Amino acid sequence: MKRPSFFPLLSWCKPMLKAIQLFLVAVSLAVAFVATDLRAQDATPEMINELALGSYDQTEETIKKLAATGDTAIVPALEALSEGDLYVRKADGQVFIVKKSGKNYKLTDPLSGEVAGEEPTRNFEKIKVKNSLRRQIRSVVGGLTLQAKDASTRLAAANTIIKTPDEDAIDALNAAIEKEQNANVLAALEQARAASIIISSRAPEEKVEAITRIKNMGGREALSLLLGFQGQADESLKPQIDAAIESINSDLAMWDAAQNIWYGISLGSVLLLAAIGLAITFGVMGIINMAHGEMVMLGAYSTYVVQEIIRNSAPHLFDWSLAIALPIAFVVSGAVGLVIERLVIRFLYGRPLETLLATWGISLILQQAVRTIFGPTNKEVGNPSWMSGAFELGGLTITWNRMWIVVFTIGVFFALLALLKRSPIGLQMRAVTQNRRMASSMGIRTPWVDAATFALGSGIAGIAGVALSQIDNVSPNLGQGYIIDSFMVVVFGGVGNLWGTLVGALSLGVLNKFLEPYAGAVLGKIIVLVLIILFIQKRPRGLFALKGRAVES
Amino acid sequence: MNFKSKLTGLALAAAMSTTALSGAFAADDTIKIGILHSLSGTMAISETTLKDAMLMLIDEQNKKGGVLGKKLEAVVVDPASDWPLFAEKARELIEKDKVSAVFGCWTSVSRKSVLPVFKELNNILFYPVQYEGEESERNVFYTGAAPNQQAIPAVDYLMNEEGVERWVLEGTDYVYPQTTNKILKAYLMSKGVAEEDIMVNYTPFGFSDWQAEVSAIKNFGSAGKKTAVVSTVNGDANVPFYKELGNQGIKAEDIPVVAFSVGEEELAGIDTAPLVGHLAAWNYFESVDTEANGEFIEQWHAFTGNDKRVTNDPMEAHYIGFNMWVKAVEAAGTTDPDAVIDALPGIAVPNLSGGYSAMMPNHHITKPVLIGEIQEDGQFDIVSQTPGLVPGDAWSDYLPDSKVLISDWRAPMSCGNFNVETGKCGGKGS
Repeated sequence: MKRPSFFPLLSWCKPMLKAIQLFLVAVSLAVAFVATDLRAQDATPEMINELALGSYDQTEETIKKLAATGDTAIVPALEALSEGDLYVRKADGQVFIVKKSGKNYKLTDPLSGEVAGEEPTRNFEKIKVKNSLRRQIRSVVGGLTLQAKDASTRLAAANTIIKTPDEDAIDALNAAIEKEQNANVLAALEQARAASIIISSRAPEEKVEAITRIKNMGGREALSLLLGFQGQADESLKPQIDAAIESINSDLAMWDAAQNIWYGISLGSVLLLAAIGLAITFGVMGIINMAHGEMVMLGAYSTYVVQEIIRNSAPHLFDWSLAIALPIAFVVSGAVGLVIERLVIRFLYGRPLETLLATWGISLILQQAVRTIFGPTNKEVGNPSWMSGAFELGGLTITWNRMWIVVFTIGVFFALLALLKRSPIGLQMRAVTQNRRMASSMGIRTPWVDAATFALGSGIAGIAGVALSQIDNVSPNLGQGYIIDSFMVVVFGGVGNLWGTLVGALSLGVLNKFLEPYAGAVLGKIIVLVLIILFIQKRPRGLFALKGRAVES
Repeated sequence: MNFKSKLTGLALAAAMSTTALSGAFAADDTIKIGILHSLSGTMAISETTLKDAMLMLIDEQNKKGGVLGKKLEAVVVDPASDWPLFAEKARELIEKDKVSAVFGCWTSVSRKSVLPVFKELNNILFYPVQYEGEESERNVFYTGAAPNQQAIPAVDYLMNEEGVERWVLEGTDYVYPQTTNKILKAYLMSKGVAEEDIMVNYTPFGFSDWQAEVSAIKNFGSAGKKTAVVSTVNGDANVPFYKELGNQGIKAEDIPVVAFSVGEEELAGIDTAPLVGHLAAWNYFESVDTEANGEFIEQWHAFTGNDKRVTNDPMEAHYIGFNMWVKAVEAAGTTDPDAVIDALPGIAVPNLSGGYSAMMPNHHITKPVLIGEIQEDGQFDIVSQTPGLVPGDAWSDYLPDSKVLISDWRAPMSCGNFNVETGKCGGKGS
């Protein structure tokens, strides 16, 4: 459906448009309901089979040929090719969409979509695809699915064209806009048309409206489009484009600041999660626990083991794997913590230097033990579907995994707060740490409270490991990356104060993320460290220092 | 790696090192080869495999009757990812165990740390990892890629095939990325890329919060020009980096990332779904379809007893380096380091991608350069291959104070940094 070369400069010439519309409606009806001669050509299985021949260049040619047929039946085949699910049977060169099931492939006919049986994987070879082909397929599929039945497919098609505007798509867009009922899709289609008009060779007058529409669309894509066009635009359009770019930029600057705050909160919540266990063992009990990071690591490995078991025996439960891993990680890390407390730390109370060295040694032992059992390589912990991808909130891109970690951290924080402030064991813990002798005289078994407190702190570190396995590498070194930051947060926030840990973690996170764009990640971290050192000079007990008799003199 | 094979590996290593100790008095019967790779600590993830690969190569050579009628014997030590310990362990290998050559090191800092030891005690080091160049030493043979054998061809591919005009040079903050990016920046600018179209950014080792970096890449990429990321991000930090790219919706079709430190071994522990379509440049991929490679993979699986173990580029570098050493020893008729160092340049052995790699007078080798796209199964589809072999260039032609330097360790010149302008040996790096 090429644009005729005699197309008048002022395109909104009504009779002409009407005629084209009628024609296009007729064509689309024909395509949708009856295969008639109006379409250039049906895509044939032979043409699909050609995809499997030879080099990338040949594949590109074949895709072009397929696209020229205008047959929407090729869409599944092309999408499968792009995803790497299109295979060729070695024996006869027949092409299929495959799905793995055990040692076999379930075959689907690429054109008709009919199931075509099951065959061993070794009979097949994958059809190779590369980025330039994927781009080509994306734009072909976008063009073909503008009038698909499903609204989300149409929306995706429109968005594809916004990304890769194409002069040749304008007519198809016009036809789609005419028929569109869904307001969201309609807006996207009109933006796609505007984008295509801007990059087309049409007269500048036509582009004025298009530029306004793109300006109103806003966002990175609009900016990218206008910046790309800026250099080659007609002189008369320059002021309008410059103004549009400026307006988009000022919008984006505001959103960027908001985005930085979000990044800061998200980093802060990770810091908080890693530090919250330490806030108990170090903050409440005063143990300098260098093996804290390894408790986090054990939690992450528990997640890995749980996921492995689920993968092998109950794959349908995979989305629940994290929920299942949480209590297990808590118990594993808590139990290891309990053992460490009973075997080592209880002999070292009141001797911080020895505790530091002993727990440092324990951390090395735990690391090497995990390395010996699981191997030195990283372990793969998958993201459940609800933790992948991102959503847009205005101009913000918020990734689901970070979002859930923030929610989770808040949950853990308040649960812990409630446990310490509202439960009998919490009361005992506070009593023992505030005045051991008095608590003992009151009949509290202080050794067991110590052990339970340490186990609780370790268990919470294990829970943190479950969350961190989603955003970091599960390797024996996982914990080392968090230990320094955790101590920083607890000391900065004020030892012995959970709220201080919360405020400390969030402010360090936000500060870090605001420095990063200007100073870079490396220098940013150094600046934060220097600021903390200066702060500690001024307020040695951190942000929220404990007051009164709880403070040991 | 499964637990059992790990155990057998350990047992083997233990057996090897005990025989090394007990055999110290009967040194005449065997030729000893040192293996200097970290088996614990951060770098164990990459280096353990190379130790296994060396044990396999030595084992195979012994089955063929050894070298000069003597059996080879591996001496394995563990420098534990601790740079000063590398130097101590190297000294121990050469002085105490009297090895004839050492195969080892991964990071540049570990290589720099052992250099003085090899110079002082006059022994041979085969270094199997791609590195930043700007070095040529008499006692070191570089079987990994120099920047012109990896980085430059990768950038050429993006420029010509993908039409990239805007570049993000993203790296971990240490010597290899810094030097490589310096070379790449000079190269890009020599190709007419404007300074504002290049963004350079560094992050610390093991960095995991990539949100701000990825969104900076996204912003940089929305200037209406095709953008690509050249990543010298090292090891571990890659996983969260690619995850964040995937989560923020940056697809390989839009902003491809070409990496120089991501290979089969690194991908083995990753959910590869968000990486599909991103690129890597190496001189070897496990997916290379040649007879030699098929045999090598089969041997590897048989040796490790695990057919899930992958092969990678530094392993091939050791394969080439080891075979070169064997040939040089046979040519020289002795394992004396001086004789072997003189015999090595000019020696050519088959590589695994279907050609011959030759040792050049600058102690670097010739290799083909392959560009691969990451696939869902953690393997690479090769999308581009240089038509011929690329000779490794010790001193980059794109850095002003390096381009006047050449390296030739053959008899009359015998210099690693000969300045062609002043006509004198010595200059940068001496």
